[in-house]
Amino acid sequence: MKLLLEILEDIHPDVDFETTTGLIDDGIIDSFDIIRIVADIDEEYDVAIPPEEIVPENFNSAKSLYELIERLLDN
Amino acid sequence: MLFTSYSFLLFVITVFISYYLTPKKYQWILLLCASYLFYGLVSIDYLGYIIVTTVSTYFISLKIHKINENKKSYLIDHKDFSRKERKNYKKKIKKQTKSYLTFGILLNFGLLGATKYTNFIIGNINSIITTLGTNGTLSFIDIAMPMGISFYTFKTMSYLLDIYREKHDAEENLFKLALFVSFFPQLVQGPISRYNDLSKSLFEGHKYNYATVRHGIQRIVWGFFKKVVIADRILVAVKAMIVTPDDYKGFYVLLVMLFYTYQLYADFTGGIDITIGIGETLGIKMAENFKRPYLSRSIKEFWRRWHITMGTWFKDYVFYPVSVSPWMLNISKKSRKKFGKAIGKRVPVYISTLIVWFATGLWHGAHWNFIVWGLMNGIVIIISFEFEPSYKWFHSKFDVKNKLSFKVFQIIRTILLMSAIRLFDVYQNVPLTFKMFGTIFTEFNFNIFYDGSLLQLGLTIGDYLILLIGLIVLYSISIYQETGSFRVYLNSRPQQVRYAVYSLVIVFIIVFGAYGVGFDSTQFIYNQF
Repeated sequence: MKLLLEILEDIHPDVDFETTTGLIDDGIIDSFDIIRIVADIDEEYDVAIPPEEIVPENFNSAKSLYELIERLLDN
Repeated sequence: MLFTSYSFLLFVITVFISYYLTPKKYQWILLLCASYLFYGLVSIDYLGYIIVTTVSTYFISLKIHKINENKKSYLIDHKDFSRKERKNYKKKIKKQTKSYLTFGILLNFGLLGATKYTNFIIGNINSIITTLGTNGTLSFIDIAMPMGISFYTFKTMSYLLDIYREKHDAEENLFKLALFVSFFPQLVQGPISRYNDLSKSLFEGHKYNYATVRHGIQRIVWGFFKKVVIADRILVAVKAMIVTPDDYKGFYVLLVMLFYTYQLYADFTGGIDITIGIGETLGIKMAENFKRPYLSRSIKEFWRRWHITMGTWFKDYVFYPVSVSPWMLNISKKSRKKFGKAIGKRVPVYISTLIVWFATGLWHGAHWNFIVWGLMNGIVIIISFEFEPSYKWFHSKFDVKNKLSFKVFQIIRTILLMSAIRLFDVYQNVPLTFKMFGTIFTEFNFNIFYDGSLLQLGLTIGDYLILLIGLIVLYSISIYQETGSFRVYLNSRPQQVRYAVYSLVIVFIIVFGAYGVGFDSTQFIYNQF
């Protein structure tokens, strides 16, 4: 989780990713940010996030994103 | 059959009455018949295309869905599989479904491509042949684009892709799928609805509800107001200035920019208002396609508010799949190693942006103008992304972000930028567009604003006044809509007030609609895409 928070904070240093829950719904991160996050996750976790998983439910918070990574690692 | 024609109005009224006389259970069948009748009346020769798209998508989606369902039960029956075995099995199944999906996509985009782009490709090949000085050119083929093919193909392919992605079940009734594909109000200019969003209210049937029907009619009237009072009136002046561009340089081009921007806005959003309004009168809810785009403070925001269903289509089915594809991630990794983290991170984002905007331009039409228009949007978005740190620095030094004057400045800047890019829509070719835009900075014919030149464009002082009133009304309602629904507000007013507003708007449409000599009741601009 720490690594993921670092990835996110690198893109938006001004956002508190530990508590924010509406990253997509509130327009805090956009499609450009998402691509950078996906590329970073691929690099750091060696997990490829498929396009069908790029939905608000998975990207609205660091927690949901971490759960997605764990699910993909498990599959 | 024009959306604004009497025959279409009569058609809609007949469907409306028949719909509520039909038992709820069978209403969707009536809508299917009406949709096919509409298609047949307008374009019977091309009915075959929409049938091929519907039937092929139906069988392919069922097959993919069945394979996925079998996969689920197989995995339940083989819980003892190791992680690797599960992974391999899933991979094998994915390969199977992907081959069906690929076939469906190639077939349907093939139909779209063949009817929309064949002559464009032939034309380009001929230009190359001529440039190389080789003898002989290819002949153009006699093919026309089936009505609404860009819209219904996109709608249908999103359905197929969502089945592939296991987002929802496949529709088992061929005729229900046929209604989703051909639903007449959105056939010619969208919105490009997703099956998940539209199917429930499209198929379930509705009892007559006065409030919903009133809501729908209000929206239709508002759409007519935008189309016939504003769009069709501005069209006259735009046409006058672009037919012989050499006579209309300098500040005329600035006028073309702004006039065309509001013409297209009133035309397209007016058409969508009529479409969504018709749906509302039948109790059917469609996705919104616009959220006051000309109140946007940046291009990125503009594209989140303009033609939303097309934008999200490209984002979900082109931008994300391209940018997170293995080869793109590979490029990203390599460029990170070679050029460092900062540049490496930008590579996938920028390549995907340019690809998606190239495709968006191409979707709008088989013409280099549209392709350049699309790429210009992508380039502006990339440039503004690069400027983000400077914006942040500026806002940390100057506290203007929430000041009204700064917001207005940002809105005007966005309008000017979008209007300038939109010039590619109006002039005949790309070099001419650049040349005409350049004249704004070389020919300072400011006199056209006061020497009566503007009255030579086919519009009288009265027309300009009506346009001004129309745009003030448009902006006032848009600003109101930022915080609430104007129709909800109107419907909460006393009956006398409501009827006064209705009468005023209807009289305005009838008296000041752009009909008669010099004005043509025109097809919607987006019909041709």
